[in-house]
Amino acid sequence: MTDAAVPTARPHRASLLADDARMKRRKAAETRFRLYGLSAIAVSLATLAIMLWTIFSDGVSAFYQAKLTFPVTLSSDLLDPMGNGNRDEMVKVTTVGYNKLLTRAFEAELAAKGIDTGELSNKDVNALISKDAAGDLRAMVLANPAVLDTTITAKMLAAGRIDGYLKGRVTMQTAERDGQISPEQLQFADRLIDAGILSSQWNWDFFTNPDASDQRPEAAGLGVAILGSLYLMILVAVMCVPVGVAASIYLEEFAPKNRWTDLIEVNISNLAAVPSIVYGILGLAIFINFMGFPQSSTLVGALVISLMVLPTIIIATRASIRAVPPSIRDAALGVGASKMQMVVHHVLPLAAPGILTGTILGLATALGETAPLLLIGMVAFVDNYPSAPVEGFLDPATALPVQVYGWAQRADPAFIERSSGAIIVLLAFLVVMNVAAIILRRKFERRW
Amino acid sequence: MTVFLLLCLMLVLAVAAFVVCRARALALSGGKIGVLHSLPGYYGWHGAIMVLLPGLAVLLVWLVVQPMVIESRISATLPAELTADDSARALAMADVRRLAAGLDVAIAAGSVTVDASGTPQIAGSGTMREALAEAGVALAEDVSPQILTAAQAYRGLSATGAAWRALAVLAAALAGFALAVRMTEPELRARNRVEGVVEGLLMAASTIAILTTVGIVWSMLSETFNFFSMYPAADFFFGLTWSPNFRGDSELGFIPLLWGTLYISLISMLVAVPIGLFAAIYLAEYASPAVRGWVKPLIEVIAGIPTVVFGLFALVTVGPLLRDYFAEPLGLGNSGSSVMTAGIVIGILNIPFISSLADDIINAVPQALRDGSYGLGATKSETVRQVIIPAALPGIVGAVLLAASRAIGETMIVSMGAGAAAKLDLNPFEAMTTMTVKIVGQLTGDTDFASPETLVAFALGMTLFVITLGLNILALYVVRKYREQYE
Repeated sequence: MTDAAVPTARPHRASLLADDARMKRRKAAETRFRLYGLSAIAVSLATLAIMLWTIFSDGVSAFYQAKLTFPVTLSSDLLDPMGNGNRDEMVKVTTVGYNKLLTRAFEAELAAKGIDTGELSNKDVNALISKDAAGDLRAMVLANPAVLDTTITAKMLAAGRIDGYLKGRVTMQTAERDGQISPEQLQFADRLIDAGILSSQWNWDFFTNPDASDQRPEAAGLGVAILGSLYLMILVAVMCVPVGVAASIYLEEFAPKNRWTDLIEVNISNLAAVPSIVYGILGLAIFINFMGFPQSSTLVGALVISLMVLPTIIIATRASIRAVPPSIRDAALGVGASKMQMVVHHVLPLAAPGILTGTILGLATALGETAPLLLIGMVAFVDNYPSAPVEGFLDPATALPVQVYGWAQRADPAFIERSSGAIIVLLAFLVVMNVAAIILRRKFERRW
Repeated sequence: MTVFLLLCLMLVLAVAAFVVCRARALALSGGKIGVLHSLPGYYGWHGAIMVLLPGLAVLLVWLVVQPMVIESRISATLPAELTADDSARALAMADVRRLAAGLDVAIAAGSVTVDASGTPQIAGSGTMREALAEAGVALAEDVSPQILTAAQAYRGLSATGAAWRALAVLAAALAGFALAVRMTEPELRARNRVEGVVEGLLMAASTIAILTTVGIVWSMLSETFNFFSMYPAADFFFGLTWSPNFRGDSELGFIPLLWGTLYISLISMLVAVPIGLFAAIYLAEYASPAVRGWVKPLIEVIAGIPTVVFGLFALVTVGPLLRDYFAEPLGLGNSGSSVMTAGIVIGILNIPFISSLADDIINAVPQALRDGSYGLGATKSETVRQVIIPAALPGIVGAVLLAASRAIGETMIVSMGAGAAAKLDLNPFEAMTTMTVKIVGQLTGDTDFASPETLVAFALGMTLFVITLGLNILALYVVRKYREQYE
């Protein structure tokens, strides 16, 4: 190459202030690139917003429930045939007897208020009362036999379809194609609303009731699931935190650098990435089949989840132990403390806020974990509350996220509402835990 | 004496040992603590440990050994027709155990009484089964006399065993107590001994990680071998049909599940990688600190939401949306759950994972590289494309591999959004299924751990474990190798 090859003609020389064509292209590319970035962020935040919005709009209505309010006279002729108020004898009256009483009272109230039942048969009219109502009434009377022969204002669950009608899920069009409800019944429900008998009310039962069968979405609640999740959290905290902290202290402060320690390190980082379902298989094979722990129990669930979150907690704890400056250790050792005293008296108290924050975040992940619990049988239908600890840890229970999954699998769309409502409760717990972690971090954060 | 009571007693003994040993050390020091090797509290702890350690060790060994001894002695007394082979023997022993436990309950409830020789007698009239049912113990069939005799022997041996156990444990604890008191001398290096034990406990805690891995591998490996002894491995790994049938002769081909898993993961990566990567680039290179401070935590909120919530989102919102606006107008099917649904939602779940990993990696690229590029007149986007991305590429590849491993192992979203039909199909709007869905499907509900239809879940789990482990190790290797480059 010689200099002669260089073109001698000066190219078009643009002003520094005005962009030439190439510069314009480059600047356009720059703007486009920036837009790609912005739109990526917009898309992710928008999907987050849409997801939360759909869940909330589907789920908020689960906290309200259609109820029928009418006076019921608890005549002892029907409920206490022996007439002596003895609870053991009253138990023999089944829900069928209570149902008779309820429907009679309902019909009497309709007649008293002069509400036109149209062409509906009595059976169709009474179908508006939930099949669970008689059981509720029975439980109430048996809990307090003194109410016999008084007239109470009963607030009874309305049937699931009527609840759906009040919430806009069931319409005249869907009712025409529905075997469980007819448009005439809905028109009748309208008249009940006008008469003040049927109304939508705050639903405490959603937090306290156990699960209900496929046919009775209106009675299904989160009681067992919340209790089960609470037991899980207690057990995971009790099992996981001491072991996690002990392992972290050993690895950070005592462990010699050798093959064995390396093996532990590799194991921890790999376990943190093992799919959660694999832990479920481990729980099923070892804790249930091999050790014979009871299926569906919170103890097995907690063991599995503890093993699963242990790596997370160890990683967080080690980070906060490492953040304690070496000068503190040197000072403690310098005045004659043993290594163990240095750790227990100085390093641990200084690392405690960080450990606590990491632990709360670890427990928050544990609270939302579903897959391993499915395999150890916590997805089974449980409508008995587990008993109080310690025996209660061996009783079958379910957990909040598993209940979400269980309800989502059912055919009746009313359960999708329940499922979304359960997610709102779950997210509320998660928000509380995360906010607690953030506040703790802000409060105790220390820069060395 | 129950184990719980035994533990309580040992705790009381330990407290007593603490008090006694500490007091003895103080008394021996004669008021001058300086003559003691350790602080007085350490002598107390030393005493407590000397009680607990031997007591717990004996208890643990006893709890493991006693059932084995009793089982072997009882099964030797069972008639030969009940113990013809291993499974019959296990079944008979399970009956014996259940009956023995039932007898305990029934005796406590009073529906069965015990006569002077310890033989259970039915309190009312009727069979043993009815007597047990009265106490709330349900048995499938009435009790055969051989099993009843064995159950009585079982109860007898267990009771004797429990008595000896209590004696042995308390003897060990008391011996430790006495030894600790004798050892408490000013010269005893109590602190070193206590700290040695504590360090041992810390080390034991850290080995749980190894035990977990061993547990995972062992639990799946043994059942996987069982499975392959019933079902040929070649048919499993290369079979093209998945149709389990609990009446037998099922076809358990793994390829359709692998295809579903990989297809869904591919779609999820197509969603997550561009969005996550561009979000990370924007946050790292363009965003002002204020915007970054707000947007980064907001994106990470996605990572904190439980996967079952994404599952419901896929089931209720994304699935019907894709079906009504894409699949049906395009004539590609009418299924709400599809590869596309699950893939997109897993992609959303993985966005924060990729973006925060990529953000860290991009921030780790030295500022000097950027400055050099700007100095040559490159624009920001040219710097990102031609300098930063190539420099960060190995790390980004590692992040993508980690995200892929998460997508492959994801369970809840695919169980709720992908469907249950195992198919080999290219249409992304068709319902397909994955390994994780089938693990859940085969292991929930009624399971029979002797049939290949149940055991196949362990083979699937093992395969899943190997695949994700391989991806993780590869990713960590790549990330670690290239992180050193700039340090």
